[in-house]
Amino acid sequence: MNYLDEFRDKEVVLGLAERIKGLTAGRTRPMTFMEVCGTHTMAIYQYGLRGILSPGVRLISGPGCPVCVTPIGYVDKAVAYSRLPGTIIASFGDMLRVPGSSSSLMEERAKGGDVRIVYSPLDAVKLAERNRDRRVIFMGVGFETTAPTVAGSILAAKGLGLDNYFVLASHKTIPKPMEVLTSDPELEIDGYLCPAHVSAIIGATPYRVLAEKCGIPCVVTGFEPADVMQGVEMLARQLAEGRSTVEIQYSRVVKWEGNKKALEIMAEVFTPCDAEWRGIGPIPESGLAIAGTYAPFDAERVVPVEVEEPREHMGCLCGEILKGKVTPFDCTLFGKACTPEAPVGACMVSSEGTCAAAYKYGR
Amino acid sequence: MNKDLILLGHGSGGKLSHQLLDDLIIPTLSGILPAGQNDAAVLDHDGRRLAFTTDSYVVDPVFFPGGNIGSLSVNGTVNDLAMMGARPLFMSVGLILEEGFSRKELGAILAAMRQAADQAGVAIVTGDTKVVPRGKADRIFINTSGVGVLEHALEISGCQARVGDKVIINGTIGDHGIAVLAAREGLELETGIESDCAALNGLVAEVLAEGGEAVHVLRDPTRGGVATTIKEIARQSQVAVTLREAALPLKSAVKGVCAILGLDPLYVANEGKVLAIVAPEKAEQVLARMRHHPLGKESAIIGEVTAGGEGRVQMETAVGGVRAVEMLAGEQLPRIC
Repeated sequence: MNYLDEFRDKEVVLGLAERIKGLTAGRTRPMTFMEVCGTHTMAIYQYGLRGILSPGVRLISGPGCPVCVTPIGYVDKAVAYSRLPGTIIASFGDMLRVPGSSSSLMEERAKGGDVRIVYSPLDAVKLAERNRDRRVIFMGVGFETTAPTVAGSILAAKGLGLDNYFVLASHKTIPKPMEVLTSDPELEIDGYLCPAHVSAIIGATPYRVLAEKCGIPCVVTGFEPADVMQGVEMLARQLAEGRSTVEIQYSRVVKWEGNKKALEIMAEVFTPCDAEWRGIGPIPESGLAIAGTYAPFDAERVVPVEVEEPREHMGCLCGEILKGKVTPFDCTLFGKACTPEAPVGACMVSSEGTCAAAYKYGR
Repeated sequence: MNKDLILLGHGSGGKLSHQLLDDLIIPTLSGILPAGQNDAAVLDHDGRRLAFTTDSYVVDPVFFPGGNIGSLSVNGTVNDLAMMGARPLFMSVGLILEEGFSRKELGAILAAMRQAADQAGVAIVTGDTKVVPRGKADRIFINTSGVGVLEHALEISGCQARVGDKVIINGTIGDHGIAVLAAREGLELETGIESDCAALNGLVAEVLAEGGEAVHVLRDPTRGGVATTIKEIARQSQVAVTLREAALPLKSAVKGVCAILGLDPLYVANEGKVLAIVAPEKAEQVLARMRHHPLGKESAIIGEVTAGGEGRVQMETAVGGVRAVEMLAGEQLPRIC
């Protein structure tokens, strides 16, 4: 067992497709399931799963890409920081190309700004250790998957006595926006493919409110093609049987209680806050701010900077796409004014964005 | 977006690279049409056909499992000549060294170049060396140019793919890109994956001997990977191509690293692979001959050329779905060669 091939098995996938077909037969409208994880979005496009699924199932993409839901003002602030003398910006690669109101980190790098791609926040701490005469600002973007490692980087910087490592934090937490979208009458979501990595951290219990209070079936699903198909099958089965509970398809990784250590580190360094979701708007208690004890590592508290007035790009449907209300193909900019090499909206930038997935694999 | 800036993506070998070539470099310098754009120029001179090409190498790190910038710079240029069906003869070498670079490392790189040249049967006949102040280059950059001769009358070009042709590759994809990536500082992955960096002229000679006029296109899928190269060919030839994911040779370690990092192996660079597009009646014979060559043991037919939808490339996925294949956009992995 190598944990890849058996989950990419054609017979298994087609067998699940048959069972899903049976479960959806005779319904008046397609079962609508939303995935809330960029990796699911990619897998669905990359393996052509929509074509394999019966017309009885409609898969829609939700706000599952952290880069995509980061407000444009955050990018503008990062750009402003990159222009400050003596500053190194450290970031995961995807953030670099996200267009701000008038520039991007990639553009600033080409103009001479010191912007570095790191694969882990701990690499950014190492950068700060090696460059004690300069400040290193890490772009803290991501859901519960990334937040613990960013929290860990702050603890590491504290342990090393660094006073030049900062995080520009815009972390978001997943279950809240799902509640918001559930109550949107336009969407008619029948079930959630709950994220895999996020759930590895937070566990499966946070989705109970959706299943029990809102009556929406939830299945924590892995992202190999057979995982996704089985997740869909489990959702269809719940719906066909009139149940709504939380189930874990991705049991080889996700435990009900999540990752205790990661949750502890997160709770130590961050504190819940209201957050602005690009395309959705403000959602109470859906973000993570750096707690007061760790204020010396909070770029926004310690490093003042002047930021331009944020301006969203005209005609970009990212907001509606993030809510699953329209598909990339409904956007007039898609594939024309907005392409991965010259993206207008964040959904086209991130490798996990819905538009990027549709552009690369879906046309 | 500031349109004046050159971005890293302009050197990715993908879409941005093509835009820069088509919008600025080619119109200014030569005006050659896209259909005629190949890995090397073919020049008629006194009734003989010569192939001429050049390439620059900036790989980081300079040494990686399976090769170094020296072997890469010779093999890469040899392969560009081989892809025109030419027999490589002579090469030039331009070295740009950063002040403070190690003489010992330079020695090792030059030795690798000599060894690669000997193996490929080309002579390095002229060169140039420049040293720039520290920080103005990254250790060492190499440019090589090569001249070869076409000893046949075949018209091998990216514009020659025809409906019904089979697409053959000589082995596993993505090895080079993943080997270089895994060797990079900061990415602690012990994979045992080696670059496939190799001179392909010997293998190509076998392909031509077996296939003759049935060989329509030869191209090495370097930066941008198999996806970008097949898309280029489909566009140049105004045909559609269907690839079969299940048929793509892929090392399980490469598959694993790609799964961890979210990379698509179809877009990862190769340095010892050739895509041969061959008429169907000769495809099996060419395949069998390739499998007898040391660099072609895992050769496979990975797809075919189809009618309709000019320039359209799609892939039948391993699980039975269908997806579109586009060129690499932006930079997946910078400085891979």
